[in-house]
Amino acid sequence: MSSVPEVSSEERELYQGVSDTPTSYVRVGGAVHPPLDFAAYKSTALRHPKQPLVFLPQSVTEVTGPQLGGERVGAGDSDLTAQHGGEPIGERITVSGRVLDTEGKPLRGVLVEVWQANAAGRYRHLWDRWSAELDPNFSGAGRCMTDDEGRYSFTTVKPGPYPWGNHYNAWRPAHIHFSLLGRAFAQRLVTQMYFPGDPLFEFDPIFNSVRDANVRERLISRFSIERSAPNWALAYEFDICLRGPGATPFEEAYG
Amino acid sequence: MGFALTPSQTVGPFFAIGLPWEQGRFAVVEGTPGAIRVGGVVYDGAGEPVPDAMIETWQADPEGRFADVYGFGGRSELVGFRGFARFAAEDGDGSWEVVTVKPGAVAGVGGVVQAPHVDVSVFARGMLDRCVTRIYFADEPEANATDPVLSRIPEHRRQTLIAEPTEQGYRFDIHLQGPDETVFFDL
Repeated sequence: MSSVPEVSSEERELYQGVSDTPTSYVRVGGAVHPPLDFAAYKSTALRHPKQPLVFLPQSVTEVTGPQLGGERVGAGDSDLTAQHGGEPIGERITVSGRVLDTEGKPLRGVLVEVWQANAAGRYRHLWDRWSAELDPNFSGAGRCMTDDEGRYSFTTVKPGPYPWGNHYNAWRPAHIHFSLLGRAFAQRLVTQMYFPGDPLFEFDPIFNSVRDANVRERLISRFSIERSAPNWALAYEFDICLRGPGATPFEEAYG
Repeated sequence: MGFALTPSQTVGPFFAIGLPWEQGRFAVVEGTPGAIRVGGVVYDGAGEPVPDAMIETWQADPEGRFADVYGFGGRSELVGFRGFARFAAEDGDGSWEVVTVKPGAVAGVGGVVQAPHVDVSVFARGMLDRCVTRIYFADEPEANATDPVLSRIPEHRRQTLIAEPTEQGYRFDIHLQGPDETVFFDL
């Protein structure tokens, strides 16, 4: 195995991690993520870098990540319908799925944070000017940690679509925002989950900023009659896939 | 290859209903000896402050060790060190600030030493994916001069990654676009 370079014992100790901890992550580039400069979404105009991105070698800073679970997630944080005295208005649903990496490996202990509008399409945020009513029984934020199989689950109400100022008659399709810390700085992902068959898809520049139609489909949850609970809630499934180990982890770590 | 990566979408304008928490902007527990404040202003391409940006930082402790999930690279022994901070304001004015300690040097790819640095993610409405940058420190000129990442950057742009000392810590402005555009990385 001539490809294994010599390393000093000091370096070896420094890089000694748990065996399943990747020392690099696949670089995916523009084929999957939307471009930062996307004219149809007007707010990108002054908020995207114009200089080319500089290649960052993945060092220990990039392949490590924080552990926030215990501090950030409390009992009941995954049920957005039970955070107040009464039931929120709207269609009760469950949203669940698995967090995997690109090798198909379930990622346990990943912090999943969600936030969303209420059933009428209104966010409980100072800056949301949409005239729809706030719901006193709905804050619209939840958190959980993935279990040993990489599973997460939320109970909530289906968010409503809402108008926004991007262009004439602009409406966002119903969506739930997801934030995943991953297990490394390199795995961080913020995205949005949509609902199947939304008539607003073709008009939404944010959804369509993902240029490949097949890739875009990954943002749409699946309705599941099997997971729906009789006389209780409809179920949607949404699996999330984060970057997995890079092709040549050892070489990249040791040069 | 097998499983299909989930694409990024913008964090939007309303993340503050879900992502901030009281201790979020503290990468160390309050009262940690040597704690500093690191922050600045986020600017857009018109030179206007960006009031709805979220900043996250990730870094080593002063010994160059991380508070990561698996102790990769040697676990930090600094009590109360989280290494991660998130600044997310509901009614922001473009400024951001986190409370942390100055990191030590850490190993780079190929056994080279990296100068003290902090990894930064910038999220905002109008940003369809995060932008990644790094904070380096102006009072580390020797370490910066040999840093393997800084050396990849054209000399006239390196200054955008150098935080300047202040009374309480360091100032680091972020320019998403424009003549002083911050260097962002392809990670």
